[in-house]
Amino acid sequence: MDGTLKGDQRRKNILSIILAILCVIYVLPVFEVVMNSFKLNTYVKTETFAWPSGEMSAGWQNYANGVAFGSYPFWQSVIWSAVITVLSTVLILVCTSMAAWYIERVNNKFCKAVYFLCVFSMVVPFQMVMFTLSKTADSLGLNTPWTIPFVYLGFGAGLAIFMFVGFVKSVPLEVEEAAAIDGCGPLRIFFLIVLPMLKPTLISVGILEIMWIWNDYLLPYLVLDINQYRTIPIQIQYLNGSYGTVDLGVMMALIVVSIVPVIVFYLTCQKYIIKGVAAGAVKG
Amino acid sequence: MSKKINSASTLQRTIGKWWPVFMLPVLICFVIGFVWPFIQGIYLSFCNFRLVSDATFVGFDNYGKAFTDPSFGHSFWYTALYAVVSLVLINVLAFLVAYALTQGIKGSNLFRTVFFMPNLIGGIVLGYIWSMIFDGILSQYHTSILLNSTYGFWGLIILMCWQQIGYMMIIYIAGLQAVPEDILEAARIDGASRSQTLFKVVIPNMMPSFTICTFLTLINGFKLFDQNLALTGGQPFIIQPDGTTIKTTEMLALNIYNTFYGSNVTSQGVAQAKAVIFFILVAGLGLLQLSYTRKREVQQ
Repeated sequence: MDGTLKGDQRRKNILSIILAILCVIYVLPVFEVVMNSFKLNTYVKTETFAWPSGEMSAGWQNYANGVAFGSYPFWQSVIWSAVITVLSTVLILVCTSMAAWYIERVNNKFCKAVYFLCVFSMVVPFQMVMFTLSKTADSLGLNTPWTIPFVYLGFGAGLAIFMFVGFVKSVPLEVEEAAAIDGCGPLRIFFLIVLPMLKPTLISVGILEIMWIWNDYLLPYLVLDINQYRTIPIQIQYLNGSYGTVDLGVMMALIVVSIVPVIVFYLTCQKYIIKGVAAGAVKG
Repeated sequence: MSKKINSASTLQRTIGKWWPVFMLPVLICFVIGFVWPFIQGIYLSFCNFRLVSDATFVGFDNYGKAFTDPSFGHSFWYTALYAVVSLVLINVLAFLVAYALTQGIKGSNLFRTVFFMPNLIGGIVLGYIWSMIFDGILSQYHTSILLNSTYGFWGLIILMCWQQIGYMMIIYIAGLQAVPEDILEAARIDGASRSQTLFKVVIPNMMPSFTICTFLTLINGFKLFDQNLALTGGQPFIIQPDGTTIKTTEMLALNIYNTFYGSNVTSQGVAQAKAVIFFILVAGLGLLQLSYTRKREVQQ
């Protein structure tokens, strides 16, 4: 018995070491980006894995150049990405949770049809609608950061409604019934009774939407007027697309700037993010 | 029972006529953002058009052109190969990591945090991170990821493994933790070895996790766009004898995109037809998954 326990402990230690090595390999690419963000352009390609010292070092110059200067300073992209992500997520959460509650509670033929369409929309890839969607959005003047949330609500409604309906099903009717009999209006029932109970699902759906919209490239690229409004992925793709002229040092600095908020967000809400992702995967 | 139906209808009556408040915003946006573009997309796939306003009906012409387009065929097989290879690699590695992390070793939480992290980085950014790394390695040998389609293929596989192993790992961990303790206890008492327990008890008990992850990686593989665009953008190109170009590392989604918005586009109808074919392919995989998971749920 003692021998097997010892063997067990040794096995666990070896496993720990293997995983630790794997972890280091996993972090290396991000570390590489940070290192190269302090190098001068010419050395990024030739001395990719060298420490940025001596003549290779660019100091903070790459950050200053990339974020504040150029024909489209990067801080603008960060702001537009944040505006679009926050507005779209809030709009999706409020509108789809209301609709999901109505669909589940009223549950007539009309509601069933809408629900079916929502589930259907989840299996439709974006390429199927990208051309017609961008033309429709353009003709309706939805091509600004202030109006693109409506497009996100339309295209992203399916998954959100699906997840909310699944949760509303498990919420007991009794409290809502009692409130309705006491003469409480639908809006008060929803916002004072149902919404607080939906909190875990609100967080899960919210996180899925934030991760999707913050990183989304094609939809905003096709819908927004990109001479005026470029989100982070659009600007990074735009700079790299201008053949040969891209300053790789600056590019790495911009990538660092764009993943720092993501990593901070991840480390603060890690528990919810992992839970939300698991919920979205099992259902979607 | 009758009381329940009664009071439910009280609630229904109260909220029933409030649909303009609860449903209308979503409905309007859903029509703008999905229903109308979808219907119009199906219709336009049967038309010849440069502008939506001057579309002329041509029947199945576009579909014929799409199926005979060599670049479309190439991108289909390239995507299928990529999807199968990435499916196997990602799932095997993710399961191994998940299994290791559920053995009660020290630092499991830290390892989980690190492995999941790349999931939050967007596809475009990921593509440029890895193209910098691959080019850093390949420039030592005086080549580049843009010059050799084999490098492009394996580069994309490495990138996607790095991104997706953490995601699938989370689902496998949930599956591993859901295996009932009493079955494991029974196996231990019966003297089953570690590998016997794994293959005969643990894995059969978490088949739903395998189904979900298999389909997720397969569908993600077929829909891949951002990473493909940023890492190689389809390069290297091969000019065919007849003047057409094959973009050797171009996947389906990127091929459709280039057919729509490329530099010498003659008819966007062909692109829309490709998009419909793509939709049928992806939706078919999705429905297959749905029916498969449903069947499993019934069996349990």
